Amino acid sequence: MMAAGQVYNRNSFLDNLAKNLGRERRHQVERPEWDHNPQWGVLKGATQDELVEVLKKQCLLIHTDVHETVSSELPALITHLIKEYGGKSVVTWDDPRFEEFGLSGLPKELNEEEIAVRVWDQEGGEENLAFSATADIGITFSDATLAESGTVVLFSDKGKGRAVSLLPVIYFAIIPKSTIVPRMTQVAKHIHNKVENGELVPSCVNFISGPSNSADIEMNLIVGVHGPVRATYIIVDDK
Amino acid sequence: MAMKIGEKPFKERVSDGIGDLFMRGAVSSAQGRFRSGRLNAAEELGNWEDWRKLGEEIRTHTIENLDYYLELLSENVTKRGGHVFFAETAEEANEYITNVVKKNNGKKVVKSKSMVTEEINMNEALENAGCEVIESDLGEWILQVDDHDPPSHIVTPALHKNKEQIRDVFRDKLGYDKTEKPEELALFAREKLREEFLQADIGITGCNFAIAESGTISLVTNEGNARMVTTIPKTQITVMGMERIVPTWEEMEVLVSLLTRAAVGQKLTSYITALTGPKQVGEVDGPEEFHLVIVDNGRSKILGTAFQSILHCIRCAACINVCPVYRHVGGHSYGSIYPGPVGAVLTPLLGGYDEYKELPYASTLCAACTEACPVKIPLHEHLLRHRQGIVEKEGKAPVFENISMKAFSMGTASPSMYNIGSRLAPKALGAFVKDDKISDGPGPLKNWTEIRDFPAPKKDRFRDLYKKRKKERGE
Repeated sequence: MMAAGQVYNRNSFLDNLAKNLGRERRHQVERPEWDHNPQWGVLKGATQDELVEVLKKQCLLIHTDVHETVSSELPALITHLIKEYGGKSVVTWDDPRFEEFGLSGLPKELNEEEIAVRVWDQEGGEENLAFSATADIGITFSDATLAESGTVVLFSDKGKGRAVSLLPVIYFAIIPKSTIVPRMTQVAKHIHNKVENGELVPSCVNFISGPSNSADIEMNLIVGVHGPVRATYIIVDDK
Repeated sequence: MAMKIGEKPFKERVSDGIGDLFMRGAVSSAQGRFRSGRLNAAEELGNWEDWRKLGEEIRTHTIENLDYYLELLSENVTKRGGHVFFAETAEEANEYITNVVKKNNGKKVVKSKSMVTEEINMNEALENAGCEVIESDLGEWILQVDDHDPPSHIVTPALHKNKEQIRDVFRDKLGYDKTEKPEELALFAREKLREEFLQADIGITGCNFAIAESGTISLVTNEGNARMVTTIPKTQITVMGMERIVPTWEEMEVLVSLLTRAAVGQKLTSYITALTGPKQVGEVDGPEEFHLVIVDNGRSKILGTAFQSILHCIRCAACINVCPVYRHVGGHSYGSIYPGPVGAVLTPLLGGYDEYKELPYASTLCAACTEACPVKIPLHEHLLRHRQGIVEKEGKAPVFENISMKAFSMGTASPSMYNIGSRLAPKALGAFVKDDKISDGPGPLKNWTEIRDFPAPKKDRFRDLYKKRKKERGE
C-alpha cells in the first residue's frame, strides 16, 4: 500500500461553498433512490446469444471487425489473423486466461514464423513500452464486454499494461462470450459494489469501443488517430 | 488564452462572423450532423425523456451537496496516494501546477483537451516558467500550431477551419508536403505527436466526471490522446472545474451515456478512461505521481443563486449545435471560450456584465437549447433572467434596446396611445417606404434595417378592418 497523498486548502474552499449554498457544511449525505432508472431497461432479459448479435451489429457502426470461434480453434484463428494483417511484432498481456484458452504456445509458434512476440513483463520496466510503441499488434482479453456500445472493458494490473491496447497499430480483443453484458450499467454497478465492499478499484479502467478516431477536420470521420488504427474482436465460446 | 478571446467589441466580432462564409457553411453543416446524430441516438433509446430526468436528478442532488462530494473525492484520492489542491482562483491553480512541474524538473508537457485549463490560462503560465506545452487533441493541436487561434466550439474546437486551411497551416509551420485529405492530415499529426508523447515528462488532462466514492477521474475521448497523456509521462496533473463530479460509478455511467449521445450521437466514444491515483506497485505504465487540481474561479458565486443549474452543465454542446444564432455568427463572436447558449449564460457569470453584457442578447429565446439539453437546464430562462438583471439592477442594456423599449412601452401602455401610434405609423414612416419595404429606417429602426428590410406599416389596420366587417354583418 502506498503512502497517502496530501490535500491543500480544503476547508476554506468547502466552507465557502456551504456558505453560498446557505447552510452548514455537510459531512454525511445519503445518495437518494433516483425516480427514473431507464438504464436498467436496455436489453433487459436478452439471452447471451441475443447479446452477441447486438454486439456484432454495433461493431459494424464502429469500424470494428468481429470473428467468432470456439475455444479449441482460438489459437489457430489468432495465428491466422496475425498473418493476414501482416503483423511482424506482437505484444500481449501476461494474463492466466492465455493459458486457460490454450494460447500459451503462441509465442513459440509465432517465433518460428519470424514474428516477434513479447508478453508484458512487470519486471521489464520501460522495455515493455518501447516494444509496444513499435509493435504491429497488441492482444488482450476483455474483462467485461458491453453489447449495446460494442465495448471491451479492461482492468489494468501488474501483467495487464495500459499500453498493449493503445500503442500498437492494430488491437485484438479476445472476448469470452460469458463476459458480455447488456451495457455499461452492469459494469458500473459491479465496480460500485466492489467499492462498497472496500475493495480497490484498478488504477485504470478502460472502456474501449473500436479503433481511435476523430471528427476534428470538417466533421469528417477519420479512423485511426493516436490509438490503434484498426480493432478486431474475437468472440470465443467459453461454455 | 484565458476565457476571453480577442479584443474586438461584440458588434465587430459578429460582423466578422457573418462575413466569414466558409465558417458559416462549416458551422451549419456541422450543426446538421450533430443534431441528427443526437436525435437518432435519442430515438434509439425510446425513452430519452426519462434519461434526461435522471440526468437532471443526479446533477441537482450533486450540486446541492457539492461540499460533501468534493470532500469525499479528495479523501479517496489521497487514500490512493494522489495529491489534491483546492484552488479558489486561476492564479492559485497555476502556481500549484507550475510548482509541481518545476519540482519534477518537467520540460515537456503534453495535454489532452480541457476547457478549464484554457479558462485559467494555464499554458501561458507554464510557458512563462520555461516549459514547452503541447496540445494533443487534433483540433486543439491545429489551433496551437496556427499561432494559438482561439477555439470556436467546445467539442470540435477547430470547426471554423476547412481542410485546405489546415493543410496550409501544417505546410507553413511544420513543412507538411501532402494533400488536404483529412486522413493524411491526421496521419501527419499522429506521427508528429507520437514523438512528443514518448518524450514528455508531464501529462495534463481535464476531467469529464470525477467519481467521489473511489477518488476516480474519468475522461471521455475518441482519439486516444488522453490515454497517451496518462500512460507514458511519469507525472499526471488533472485539472477539474469544481462541479465536474458525481457520487458513484453508477451516476458516472448515466452521465457518460447522456454526454456521448447528446454531443455526437455515439453510444459511447472510443475511449472512456477511468483513472484512480497513480499506478499501483508492480504496474509498469501509468504515472508515478498524481495531482488533482479542483478549480473554483468564480463558480462558487453561482451557488445559491437563481443561476445554480448552469453548474449542472456536462459540456456536451448540444445547445450550441441547435442554436440559430450560433449558426450564423459562429463561436468567435461570443468573445469567450464558452460560446453558444451555455456560453451566453455562463460567461457573464464568470466574467461579469461589464465585459459580457451583450451575450444574453445573442439569442432569439426560441428555447431550442433548453429542449436539447440532456440534463434539462432551462437555458433560455437563464438568458431572460440575465436580461432582467442587466436592465433592472445594472442599467446596462444596450442603448438601442433602451430607447426602443422605452418608445414601445410608451406606445403600448394604453389603448389610446396604441391606437394613435399605429394610425400615425404609415404617415410617419411614409418617406422611408419603397416597394412596401423599409430598407434604411430612421432612429431605432436603423439597427434592424442595416441587416434586413422592415415591412412598411399597412394603412389598413386590423382593428379598423374588424370594425368595418362587424358593421357589414350588422352586428
